[in-house]
Amino acid sequence: MQKKFDQTSDPKRWGAGVLVFAILAMVGSISNAYIISLLTVVLLFTFMGQSWNLMLGIGGQLSIGHALFVGIGAYSVAILNIKYGITPWIGLILGAAIAGLIGAVLAWLSFRFEVRGIYFALLTIAAAEFARIMFGGWDYVGGMQGLFFQAPTGSMDIAMLRGDTRFYYFVALTLAAIGVAGTEMISRSYLGYVWRAMRDDDDAARALGVQTFRHKILVISISAAMAAIGGGVLGLVQGAIFPDSIMGMSISVDVLIGPVVGGLGTAFGPLVGSMAAIPLHHAMGALGDSFGIPGLNSIAYGAVLILVVWFLPDGIWPAVVRLYGAIQLPARVRISKLREVENDRAA
Amino acid sequence: MTALLEVKNLTKSFQGLVAVNDVSFALAPGRITALIGPNGAGKTTCFNLVAGALSPTRGQVLFEGRSIERTPPETVCRMGIARTFQIVRPMKDMSVLENAMVGAFSWTTSVKEARAKAYESLESVGLAGKANARTDQLTLPDRKMLEMAKALSTRPRLLLLDEVMAGLRPTEAAGVVGVLQKLAESGLTILLVEHVMRIVMEVASTVVVLHHGAKIAEGKPSDVVADPRVLESYLGAGFHA
Repeated sequence: MQKKFDQTSDPKRWGAGVLVFAILAMVGSISNAYIISLLTVVLLFTFMGQSWNLMLGIGGQLSIGHALFVGIGAYSVAILNIKYGITPWIGLILGAAIAGLIGAVLAWLSFRFEVRGIYFALLTIAAAEFARIMFGGWDYVGGMQGLFFQAPTGSMDIAMLRGDTRFYYFVALTLAAIGVAGTEMISRSYLGYVWRAMRDDDDAARALGVQTFRHKILVISISAAMAAIGGGVLGLVQGAIFPDSIMGMSISVDVLIGPVVGGLGTAFGPLVGSMAAIPLHHAMGALGDSFGIPGLNSIAYGAVLILVVWFLPDGIWPAVVRLYGAIQLPARVRISKLREVENDRAA
Repeated sequence: MTALLEVKNLTKSFQGLVAVNDVSFALAPGRITALIGPNGAGKTTCFNLVAGALSPTRGQVLFEGRSIERTPPETVCRMGIARTFQIVRPMKDMSVLENAMVGAFSWTTSVKEARAKAYESLESVGLAGKANARTDQLTLPDRKMLEMAKALSTRPRLLLLDEVMAGLRPTEAAGVVGVLQKLAESGLTILLVEHVMRIVMEVASTVVVLHHGAKIAEGKPSDVVADPRVLESYLGAGFHA
């Protein structure tokens, strides 16, 4: 296993991060509307993927029902805005708070009764599906017909979080940057250390004084709140929300595909993974439509996932880092590394 | 001298099988005490009862006069009792230093303080030179030492060591003995579960012998090995020195 967080020195990592986001900002300023709206979705799923990544990649807790939190965020924003004209900012905060609380309660109940690991993951699916069906039958929130935001007028209004496609692109970019930087900061703080200890060996972490019960609740709660914020903005970007589209299984999968493809437990993984997977999903969808083969996108999605897990089990980003490291090393060091490997094999 | 840790009438049964039966002993501060006995004597069960990993069926464990037998392991650790595991358990994605840092977060949230403490712990077990190595690059004796460093970072007053010397060569074990003696000199109380008699004789000031879950002897190592019941438990009936 390679070490995931300490591959390169701090200033280099932050420098690389700033550079990547500067390029993305430039791309947003010059690209056409189609590319911008596609990248907006990519960046939103980078942020939500980062929340999932924090929970599994660092905290060691698997969720396959992140759509629950995404949906809670989207509905909080939509209900307050559409029914009462309240700014989405309040909706985002409220949605994050509700999702964080529900995440904490779900985790508390689950771990209190020793429902762990894959069983906890099943519980998250059940909770998400329950919420989807509940919202579908709830007339107040529009049932299966969903909720529609007012069509944007085109003029930018930061107080009401309304604007054109480019505006939402920069909102999503800001969120993604916060997600990447935030994960990096958390993973370097004491939380990162105790969460990774708890992820690697629960009992050993407890023996070292880590209060794993409360740390699990904390990481799930933070992850849920982040996912809700992403969901709130996603709803605004899409202009309408429906239980099936915002709380469906496919959202849970879309959230986790970025970090899984890009590199679990890494700061850049979800960005790289979303960049690779989501445009492919769209392109294959369009290709499938033109050939009259519906579902081609899902097949492509599945194929990519299998290929990545097969050839790059750590994800794309760690492979890139390894390659970069190999190029950087002077030949002498490389040879001694090779010897090490050979000795390991011989031993 | 008051005891740092007192075990009173400790009994643990697993569905009728009595693993530890009415065991009592006390640990004097600043000393090394060894818990020994043949395979299946209940040493590790007894150890886990003290560490909070298991709850006893009956009996008491008092740490500085406070009863801890129903206390979860993380709280036991925060009270000042650190333990190692018989099977080494390094956190695989973290460096040696990072492994040693985790324990420090039981008393600080500062990464800087934790790093300083981790270096100190690694230093005291002779691993400071390998601080930036990956744990899978360590040899078995080094991994055992890392377990100890991890435990030391929690700033314990009592250190529980579960078979730290198992699987080591005599020269490697001698290194561990040196480390233990230094730790005891600095005032740390140590309870050692050990299989290797020779090492126990060297480091322990008191030995508690378990057999079939019950305590059959307690005292200075030289006295204990002369006890016919101890010889019988290790070597079978009919053997007398």
